[in-house]
Amino acid sequence: MKSLERKVFPYLMLLPMIVIFGVFLFYPALNGLWISFTKWDGINAQEFVLFDNYIKLAGDGDFWRSFIKTMVFTVLSVPGIYVAALGLALLLTRAIKGSNLFRAIFYWPTMISSIVVGLSWRFLLGEFGVINYIISLFGGEKISWLTNPTAAMGVIIFVTVWSMAGYYMVMFVAGIKAISQDYYEASEIDGAGFWQQFWYITLPLLKATSLLVLVLSTVTVIKTYPLVVALTDGGPAGATKFMVQIIQETGFEKSQMGYACAMTMVLFVVLAVLTSVQFKLNKGGSEGEN
Amino acid sequence: MKTKNKVSGKVIIYILLVFFALVFLLPIVWIVFSSFKTAGELFAWPPSLLGEHPTVDNYLLALEEGDFVQYFVNTVFVSIVATILTVIVNVMAGYVFAKYDFRFKKLLFALVMATLMIPLEVIMIPVFKVIVATHMYNSLWGLIIPAVASPTAVFLVRQYYVPIPTELMEAARIDGASELKIFLRVMLPIAKPVIAVLCIFSFMWRWNDYLWPKLVINDKAQYTLQLALANFSGEYSVDWNSLLAMSVISMIPVLIVFLMFQKHIIGGMTAGGVKG
Repeated sequence: MKSLERKVFPYLMLLPMIVIFGVFLFYPALNGLWISFTKWDGINAQEFVLFDNYIKLAGDGDFWRSFIKTMVFTVLSVPGIYVAALGLALLLTRAIKGSNLFRAIFYWPTMISSIVVGLSWRFLLGEFGVINYIISLFGGEKISWLTNPTAAMGVIIFVTVWSMAGYYMVMFVAGIKAISQDYYEASEIDGAGFWQQFWYITLPLLKATSLLVLVLSTVTVIKTYPLVVALTDGGPAGATKFMVQIIQETGFEKSQMGYACAMTMVLFVVLAVLTSVQFKLNKGGSEGEN
Repeated sequence: MKTKNKVSGKVIIYILLVFFALVFLLPIVWIVFSSFKTAGELFAWPPSLLGEHPTVDNYLLALEEGDFVQYFVNTVFVSIVATILTVIVNVMAGYVFAKYDFRFKKLLFALVMATLMIPLEVIMIPVFKVIVATHMYNSLWGLIIPAVASPTAVFLVRQYYVPIPTELMEAARIDGASELKIFLRVMLPIAKPVIAVLCIFSFMWRWNDYLWPKLVINDKAQYTLQLALANFSGEYSVDWNSLLAMSVISMIPVLIVFLMFQKHIIGGMTAGGVKG
């Protein structure tokens, strides 16, 4: 028979967390759904308009262009992050001296804020920046990195990979170290080279880590916002304006909060699908360990 | 033949490692050096590493301007207070999820994990409404309080406590200790490693965060460093001299935390990322 104290204690301990999630997460989430059915400028009374926002959204070229740009950006960045993170992890796990130092150097950019990362690259990539100088040393022409739409998209993808690869590299290092050395020794006796070992041992045994890295990085990349604010501010001419930025502008700068909430529902559906995949992967992973 | 291959393999690995190390390191090194250049030399062509007259004027200018010191103090305040509250709230929750049986436990834990599906980006408009309604708009507390509960942190703490034997608690109960005392005297002190991980990640995230400040703060006096840097860079003519100096200063606390706690960071990341 448990004492009353022991029955009540857990709820008291959970209370702060429950209140915060309730007030600042679950209530706003439901309220957001309601707001998406209303016309609201953030000041005057909300006016119920049923599906008007969604109908308008379906035909909103600006939003869907931004949606497509976000997807293109994600589809190009995520493989870049994956290859860079895995490549660096492979180099680091070749049992060499100084690997801790190199690991720290590769990880370091992930610790810098997106704003400072964006500002730094904007400075480096300016018309008279050091990158253009290096290009000129090799006899190349100056490139308008941030005013040419295609170049700007390329820059954002590169900087995203640069600033995130170290994070997922650490996961791959852990995954590679968990692979039994016996596989490699046995395959060496059979005369397998580096690439054969990579294709037939390392990569298949990293499947769980790989999937997790892909899902986690996709979820993060889709939400890209501060980096773009500091690097291109969505420009030139909206070429790098992704979903979070267009939602932010619609809600807070154009004061169309109801309409912006309808936009967030699209983002929510995409993220919810990806997050549920992540849950499945985590479950699979922990069952495999037991 | 075989050893020769191995040696040349090692050389290739080192060349690649050094190349990538330069790619990851040099941009920031260049920024740091540039922050000591005079306005005239910042965009000199051809550029040089330090210019002819390296100076600390950019830093003095940034520090003399009272606002920057204010932003720094605001950021320190938010990061430290939020980290303390984050540890308290999530350790309390993670502990009882690991060590107690109670009604609705499964449902509550599922709800905590479900919050991963609702990032701030998705609910920024209704959250803004709550911030205004609770009179936290333009207040640093509005930055701190709404984000102190974290599903990842709860999960990490729970994972830490699950393998710790319940006998410790039973023994204390027989001695007549209250549940709160058991937590504070017995179970909390042994959680130091996971608390260290929470502190580092919470501090880093708060220091670098942009979206919450953007949402909650409009009054310049309440700016955090990231908000200030983003806003100055959006101005019509960007003052790169002070902007670079401010960026470098804003990176220093992060660098210190990184150098001091590198092992914790990388260990905690794999625990939280791969499993959480």
